[in-house]
Parts: sequence; structure tokens; C-alpha cells
Amino acid sequence: MSRERIVVAMSGGVDSAVAAARCVATGADVIGISLRLADEGGHCCSLDDFHDARAVADRLGIPHYVVDERDAFARHVVGPFVAEYAAGRTPNPCARCNQHVKFGTLWRRARELGATRLATGHYARIALDPATGGARLRAARDPAKDQSYFLFALGATELARTLFPVGELTKAEVRAEAAALGLPVAGKPESMEVCFVPDGDAAAFVGQRLPPEGRRPGVIRDEAGRELGRHGGVHRFTVGQRRGLGPLGAERRYVRAIDAASGTITVTAAAGLRAGGLRAREVTWGSGDPPAAGTALAVRIRHRHPPIAARLTAASGEDAEVAFVAEGPAVTPGQAAVFYQGDLVLGGGWIAEGLA
Amino acid sequence: MRIYLDHNATAPLRPAARDAMLELLGPPANPSSAHREGARARAALETARAEVAALVGAAPAEIVFTSGATEANNLALRGVLARGQGLVTTAIEHSSVLETARALAGEGVTLSVGTVDGEGRTDPAAVIAACGPGTRLVSVGLANGEIGAVAPVAAIAAGLAGRGVLVHTDAAQAAGRLPIDVGALGVDLLSISAHKLGGPPGCGALFVRRGVTLRPLATGGPQERGRRPGTENVAAAVGFGVAARLARAEAEAATESLVDRLWQGIRSGIAGAVRNGPGTGPRLPNTLNVSFVGCRGESLLVLLDLAGVAVSLGSACAAGSTEPSHVLIAMGRGREAARDGVRLSLGPTTTAAEVDRALDLFPGLVAQVRAGAAA
Repeated sequence: MSRERIVVAMSGGVDSAVAAARCVATGADVIGISLRLADEGGHCCSLDDFHDARAVADRLGIPHYVVDERDAFARHVVGPFVAEYAAGRTPNPCARCNQHVKFGTLWRRARELGATRLATGHYARIALDPATGGARLRAARDPAKDQSYFLFALGATELARTLFPVGELTKAEVRAEAAALGLPVAGKPESMEVCFVPDGDAAAFVGQRLPPEGRRPGVIRDEAGRELGRHGGVHRFTVGQRRGLGPLGAERRYVRAIDAASGTITVTAAAGLRAGGLRAREVTWGSGDPPAAGTALAVRIRHRHPPIAARLTAASGEDAEVAFVAEGPAVTPGQAAVFYQGDLVLGGGWIAEGLA
Repeated sequence: MRIYLDHNATAPLRPAARDAMLELLGPPANPSSAHREGARARAALETARAEVAALVGAAPAEIVFTSGATEANNLALRGVLARGQGLVTTAIEHSSVLETARALAGEGVTLSVGTVDGEGRTDPAAVIAACGPGTRLVSVGLANGEIGAVAPVAAIAAGLAGRGVLVHTDAAQAAGRLPIDVGALGVDLLSISAHKLGGPPGCGALFVRRGVTLRPLATGGPQERGRRPGTENVAAAVGFGVAARLARAEAEAATESLVDRLWQGIRSGIAGAVRNGPGTGPRLPNTLNVSFVGCRGESLLVLLDLAGVAVSLGSACAAGSTEPSHVLIAMGRGREAARDGVRLSLGPTTTAAEVDRALDLFPGLVAQVRAGAAA
């Protein structure tokens, strides 16, 4: 029995089902694992999803287990999600979940089970760097489904033991393969919302979890400093948002800046905020080192936004600054900034601020 | 060949119980019917009731068949307690007692949940002292299914005699593994389960001492002397009766020596093995709960399962994952350590060869989990 043991993270969805099937097809010794991340009740990791994952595993003839990662999820994902909103930023929980839970605590479990590889149903690809031989992250073949944005924090060490079996497939191909294999989730609809936030209402979710002293109510001002109204807490706002500001006069207003320390929301009447670049923190680079200043790249500042042509203007330590080649859309502090050259992910970090 | 060391979760159906059940499955069998088919069913049901009663030293008329120990525990608590009355229980009870107790607390019952010591032992004096003038019911499980601790139920009942307090004990894990006599225990209510002792799942019973009145959980029929309406599951009761008869006749020493063999083998073969539960004093003869320092219990369970050995951890949630054990937490373990207690529970069919094969596997699998955690 020297078959390689692979742990497949199974969400109950069609992508991880096909990922598992493809691992089984290689002849590997495959174990399916579903993560219990929150208490039942939300639509995340509902009992139905575990049931679906188990049904797929049964169909594939592989063992399947549900393991409890609620503590890690609360510590690494939900806690920072609340803290980021309270600090006036707009967090990206999926990227943190990948970094700390799926490729962190789940990988440790996989290792304890004697696995040498961890496979997931993410749409992304892994390529070897011809220069160094190191594993590098690439966008999926299907740009409409690409999830490399959420995976930027995976380093060469993690990628070397990771499998993305559906990264070369389109969603339609995944569904067709699932149907051909008789997997019971072939037609299952996708989940798009933040999985642990009921009804997509992040403000309510955060509000319930913030201690009273963590709320930052304050004033809403225009760019000239005039007070237009008051609000119940900065966690309700995201840069660029229009809704939820209340009546502020006849004009449409957009959130331009959030100052959590003073509780001030600055709004602008300018439709379509623009930015000239951004500064990112906690930046990691796929090759281990930052590219030279001046390197041309493209930066994605939100999932599903097209990458913006830019130049690296500064990179030191874990900070990096890029300037957009042409003026770009508003950037949202707290989201990920992921740097690409073609479909190769150069690196990424968290947006600290937009630059003029 | 699988090695099944999870009898406290459920035991395999005894072949004699299955054979007896099969005779009841098929022909019409409503014990309330006036015709001969009904009489035949009634006779089978009452024979089973007598066998279950004999298991715990009760009179047949004191046995109410239920869908299992969970329902029996609900019936005991909800059937006795009214708003404003007091309930005293302990933190290591089965969730069918604890969650029912919390639900009743939300409905106006005064709840007191006692602690246990670091080995899971209950102090009878503390339970008695927790009873006040409004206390109507004390519910203390006879044997804990996770760690095997046996509670001093007889001492508690003796200490409360004459105070107008009813005593209930959940004996689902004790029945068939320890001799039980409701007279010697002095309890008023006692829950048992068929499938823990080789009967079918979905069947249990509540002993209700003569003279104790219960409100039924449901309405709609005179069955079980009005205490459990609905047509009886005669086949299941018959399987329960056969299993109860066989369990009562079995010598308990056999599994105890195998548990000793298992524990001695683990302790001598694996560094950092800790037995959870009472080191001294009475405990279930079939149960061993062990933690391995630096070894995640969930991972060990998976590796054992893949290697052919079925064990369990704490208590399972609806999703099939495990919760930190509320029993180990009550014993003072941290939330993380409370995840890692591996429960091995043997049954009458467990053989020495199976124990030895499990012992051959354990050291390597524990070492693998530890190595993975350290890498």
C-alpha cells in the first residue's frame, strides 16, 4: 500500500465533488473531508451540504469525515471580519479562510492523516517556475470562474503540496463531468454570498458581534467638511457604497473615506470614485522576492473585477505600492490586491489605502 | 475484518433478538386489538415487558416502553416537573437529560447543575445539598457513557428519602453492564435503552415506580397505561426483551478483563497515554477513555477507522463531526483537550484477538498523528 494519500476538501458543491473524482481517477488513496466552520443554522456548512458531500463520497467509494474547525474559523475568519469592519475596512473573508483554515488547519489535519497532498475544488492552476522550480499560482483556464484572487497568500511551499483538479476546466465542463460520473450534485446551484453571513447582511452580522465600545457612531460629512447627518457605526459602510447613507439632500452621495478613529464618514457626490493607485500591506510574493520597482503588472482589487494595468512603484518588506497606468476605480481598504502578469500571480496583499 | 469498539454508541443486534423480532414482523400485531391477532401481540409485548422489568428488578407494570432512552429521559423530566419546581442534575449527563433540563429551565423550572471532580465522580452530599424545599426531581445518570464513571445514585436516593424528592437515573449505559435493582437503588424513575445492550435501536423503557404519576408527552391513546400513547412497536419490544434476558445472564467480568488488557497494552506501548475517568471506585466494566498527549483525537479516529477499528470521541453532532466533550470539560479539561479523549467501548462479542489487533495498530497510528502535528 504505497499509494499517495490525498485529502480532498469537500464542501458539498459540484467543484469539490469533481476535484475528488479526479483524484480518485489517478489511483490515489483519497479521503474526503468536510469542514464544520460554524454552527448549523446559517446557510454555510449546512447539514444539507454535509449530506451532499457524503453522498458524493459514497458514490466515489471514498471515506468521508466531517471535522470541526469552528474554533479556527472563528479565530481566523469571523473575528478579523468583525474587526475589519469596525476599523472602517471591508474585509475579504474567503481569502483569509483559504490562508488560515483550508490551507492551514486542514492541511495540518491532512498531514496527521498521512496525506502528502491536499486537493480543493478551487478554480486556479499551479505551475512550476522554470527559473527556480518553485510552484507558482496561476489563474484558472476559465477566467469567468477564476478564484486565484482568493488564493494569493499561498506560498510555494503550500502550492507544492496542493492540487486544483478543476483549474483547467470551465464550470460547464465541471458540471458535465459530474453528470457523467453520476455525482448527485451535478446541478447544484452555486453559493455566492459570504458563507457565514445570513441574508448577506454584513452590517447586521457585525453589529450583533461588536461590543458597545467597538461601535464607532459619528457624523457624515461632505468633502468640504460640512456635516450632512449622523450614522450608527462605521462598520455599516464600505468605500464606494451609495445605499444606507440616509437622506443627505437631493444629490446622490458615495462613501469616499471612512475614519474609524473619529467615526467620520466622508461622502462625495462624484459618481464613480477614482484612484491613481494603492498601497498594500502584508504582501507576499510568489517567487519569494518582490519584483523590481517599475515592473509592469496588473492588479485585481476585487473578485470578478478585471485586473487594472499598473506599475510597481515601491516594495519593501511586506508593503507595496502600485500606480495605475490610467486612473482606476476606487479601491476599498481591507480587500485583497493581487498582482498578475498574464495569468501568473506575482503576489498579493491587503489594501491599506488608495492613492491619489 | 472490522473491530467494533463503540458499543456505548450502539451494540450489534443480538441474533436471538433478531430472530424473535422476525417472528413478529409481518402478521398484524396491535396489542390493543380484541381479536386473536391482538392477543398474540399483547402476549409477546407483556413477555418482553417482564424480561425488561427483570433486568432492573422492577415489576412489569412499572415498565413503560418508549422510543428509546432519549424519550424515556424526556418523559421522566417533563412528565414530573411543573413550573416553579426544582430540578437537580449534573454537568456530565447525556444531552437528552441536559438539554431537556435547560429547556425546562426556560419554561420556569428551577435548575441546578452540579459539578464533578477531575475524574468525573459525583459527590452525593453535594447533590443532596443542592436540593431545596422546591426541588421535585433529581436526575443523576447511573453510569457515564463517555468515561464510565458510576454515580452514587443509591446514596443520593437514600439521603433524599422522605423529603418528597423524586429520583431519576439514566441507566442507558449501565443496563446490561452492571447489575441493576431499582429497589436497592431507591430510585423512582429509571431510563434504559434497547440498542445499548444488543436490542434494536428505536426502543427503550422508563421504569416508573408504582404510585408515581406522570404526564404523558403526547396525547391520543390509552397504551402503556396512558403514559405513552400510540400503538406499541411490538417487534422492537420483543427484541429488547430477549436482549435484556441475555444481557442479565452474562458475566460482566469478561469485558472488564479485556478493558484491562487494552489499557495495559496502550499504557505500556505508547508514551503520554492518559486514562480519562475514575482511577478508583466503581466504573463501567466495558469502557476505556484515553487521551494521547500531542495527538488530535479526530485524526486518530479517522486513522483507526481507515485501519478497521471503530471508536468514538465525545459526542457526535448532527453533521457527524465531534464536539468537545462536555463531560471532559466538566472534569476540568480545556476545550482543546476535551476534543481528544478517544472512547473505546467493548461488548460481549469483543474478543481478546480483536483487542490484540487493535493494540498492534495503536502505537503506529498515534505516532503518525503526532508526527504530522509536529512536522
